[in-house]
Amino acid sequence: MKNKERLLIDPVKMPEQEPETRIHNQKEVPLGFSLDQAKREALRCLQCKNPKCVEDCPVNIDIPRFIGQIAEGDITAAVRTVKEKNVFPSICGRVCPQEEQCQSRCTVGKIHKDVDKSVGIGRLERFVADWDRAHYTENTVRVETKTGKKAAVVGSGPAGLTVAGDLAKKGHSVTVYEALHKPGGVLIYGIPEFRLPKAIVQQEVENLEKLGVQFRYNAIIGNTFTLQELRDEYDTVFIGTGAGLPRFLNVPGENLLGVYSANEYLTRANLMRAYDFPNSDTPILRDERVVIVGGGNVAMDAARTARRLGAEHSMIVYRRSLDELPARKEEVHHAKEEGIEFHLLRNPVEIFGDEQGWVTGIQVIKMQLGEPDESGRRRPIPIPDSEYKIDCGIVIVAIGNRPNPLLLKETPELQVRDKGTLQITPETGETSIPGVFSGGDIVQGAATVILAMGDGRKAAEAMHRYMTGEQE
Amino acid sequence: MSLYEIVEKTCLAPRVYQWFVQAPAIADKHRPGQFVIIQTTENSERIPLTIVESRKEQGLIRIIFQKVGKSTSDMAALQPGDSLFAVAGPLGTPTHLDMFGSVVCIGGGIGAAPLLPIARGLKERGNQITGILGARSKELLILEPEMRELSKKLYITTDDGSAGEKGFVTDVLKQIIESGQHIDQVVTIGPPVMMKMTAETTRAHAISTVASLNTIMVDGTGMCGGCRIHVNDETKFVCVDGPEFDAHQVDWDEMLKRQNIYRDHECRLFRNQTDETL
Repeated sequence: MKNKERLLIDPVKMPEQEPETRIHNQKEVPLGFSLDQAKREALRCLQCKNPKCVEDCPVNIDIPRFIGQIAEGDITAAVRTVKEKNVFPSICGRVCPQEEQCQSRCTVGKIHKDVDKSVGIGRLERFVADWDRAHYTENTVRVETKTGKKAAVVGSGPAGLTVAGDLAKKGHSVTVYEALHKPGGVLIYGIPEFRLPKAIVQQEVENLEKLGVQFRYNAIIGNTFTLQELRDEYDTVFIGTGAGLPRFLNVPGENLLGVYSANEYLTRANLMRAYDFPNSDTPILRDERVVIVGGGNVAMDAARTARRLGAEHSMIVYRRSLDELPARKEEVHHAKEEGIEFHLLRNPVEIFGDEQGWVTGIQVIKMQLGEPDESGRRRPIPIPDSEYKIDCGIVIVAIGNRPNPLLLKETPELQVRDKGTLQITPETGETSIPGVFSGGDIVQGAATVILAMGDGRKAAEAMHRYMTGEQE
Repeated sequence: MSLYEIVEKTCLAPRVYQWFVQAPAIADKHRPGQFVIIQTTENSERIPLTIVESRKEQGLIRIIFQKVGKSTSDMAALQPGDSLFAVAGPLGTPTHLDMFGSVVCIGGGIGAAPLLPIARGLKERGNQITGILGARSKELLILEPEMRELSKKLYITTDDGSAGEKGFVTDVLKQIIESGQHIDQVVTIGPPVMMKMTAETTRAHAISTVASLNTIMVDGTGMCGGCRIHVNDETKFVCVDGPEFDAHQVDWDEMLKRQNIYRDHECRLFRNQTDETL
């Protein structure tokens, strides 16, 4: 097929649950490509000689090759190609900000002058991963001979799971320590079922177990075991404890009944399955009117969860405008389809409550955008005397997280930077303690799943060299 | 023996149970004032409970709880040999154990359980302990012999007068203060109202007072922020900053309200379940 013909193919839309249906269930929203749909989308790829998409993939998947294999119908080969670089394509295919990474550099999108018309790399990655899960016939992962070396991984989120997978494949013996009772970290407590089904995370963990990775739950490093104990028992340690310490607004009324951190709200809903109450014992407050403060993916997740928990009005309050919303476009789009209301250029100043302490509303002030600040985005400035109240019964604060300090508190020899993130050598991920490596949100601050995986990959390579004495 | 197995179960008082649970790593690290989060099954709530005692050699932790709602009823139904789904810990900042001198340790109801390891720790540091245990009635008093052993003097109060003095723990505390006995430190653990009253009693006399808070938690590691309260006008997380705080600086009214956030849910769930079993 000629490039001209390829460019004439319209992007293949992935079928989705209808908004009216999906706000009443927890099932995944996009339903996935059929083989024919995937092949058709794959035909849109121009197979660039110098593929820019690969450059912008944090784990450098050979994107043209796997897409070419889909186009030829050799999905098994495509699976192998993707898995060369990405251990968890079923997760990345769903939660990566593809439009900002690979797809933003796609030549097809550039020719059409529309990033939305780029090849659906993320959707194809998801297709490949789902096909692999459904037709798993051969062991696509090769495990090298046992090295006799042992590695401990602290935290079973995206960074930790990547390290565990990479090291296990290289023949090392790996044990993952997880503070909660289930593996996956933010993938399981933070990202809702309708965006990343828990069964997928569970299956990825089972695949790691097949590689010999051991998981120890309810193990809080710093408390149940010290970092020193891990260092004594293992040849290397990876710290992937994430950014699990919620930021609050520091406005009056923030401890009223019905004010949640997004972490708590999503943990109750996802990890503890409060949406299934009373089949699950963990309760969650429900209200007709819910306000979510923040504009990132977490805010969208919370708003869409609130809608599914019965909120007639699930309202995003964000201090900048639609253009600056940090959430992925697709998430904003899905949220809008589901009736999430956007109160933009608004900033909370106070939360009101009744005599019993229950939230009755949130006072917001209108904002305008001034000069760009250090983040490069235009700085929001309050408009004097423009305050007004939005009635609501629940407020969810989704303005980000700081690194969880629990392990650092017990391990003062770990050097941190000013924002409480761990100090590492950028090339290797090694911390101030030799043999102890780190990556993900505990190093980056709140970032993305794929960046955490990229960190994990880098650290795993360095840990492998550290354990075997191999040079690059 | 499997991990998190209940190896011993005793009924200490009506609806109050004591367990010894197999949790060697936690037993090994436990220090007074710390707690665990337990889950009976995968679908259960995560419940914070103080570690009353740890027996390192046997790998056991001792836990005391009161049956009040759905989750604690499920717990009460478990028998020796059963295993819990999850036990995580030890969590929280350990008690600051020091040589204060004369310390009054006040435990109200089930609060005697978290009080015991602190009182023991203080005694080991050479403090002189005056104990006050309060309960609604005689049969609800727990840990009296152990507290008596630690205390130079132990006072008992009951709401109905069925044991010790009729009245509240704060009545006895007031009497001790008024008698002129020197007090260097007060530790109070029990229902929030009782802790609030203790704080009000000692504030007037500027007696340093510590309270241990039992708030609603999910993860217990600082991640969810559900346990937050105001202490000295600053938001603190009970799970990592606490559970012990200066009782004079805690916003008790806020704490009282936050503790009951899910009371209606809980009652509804509990009733539903009882109806089914009936």
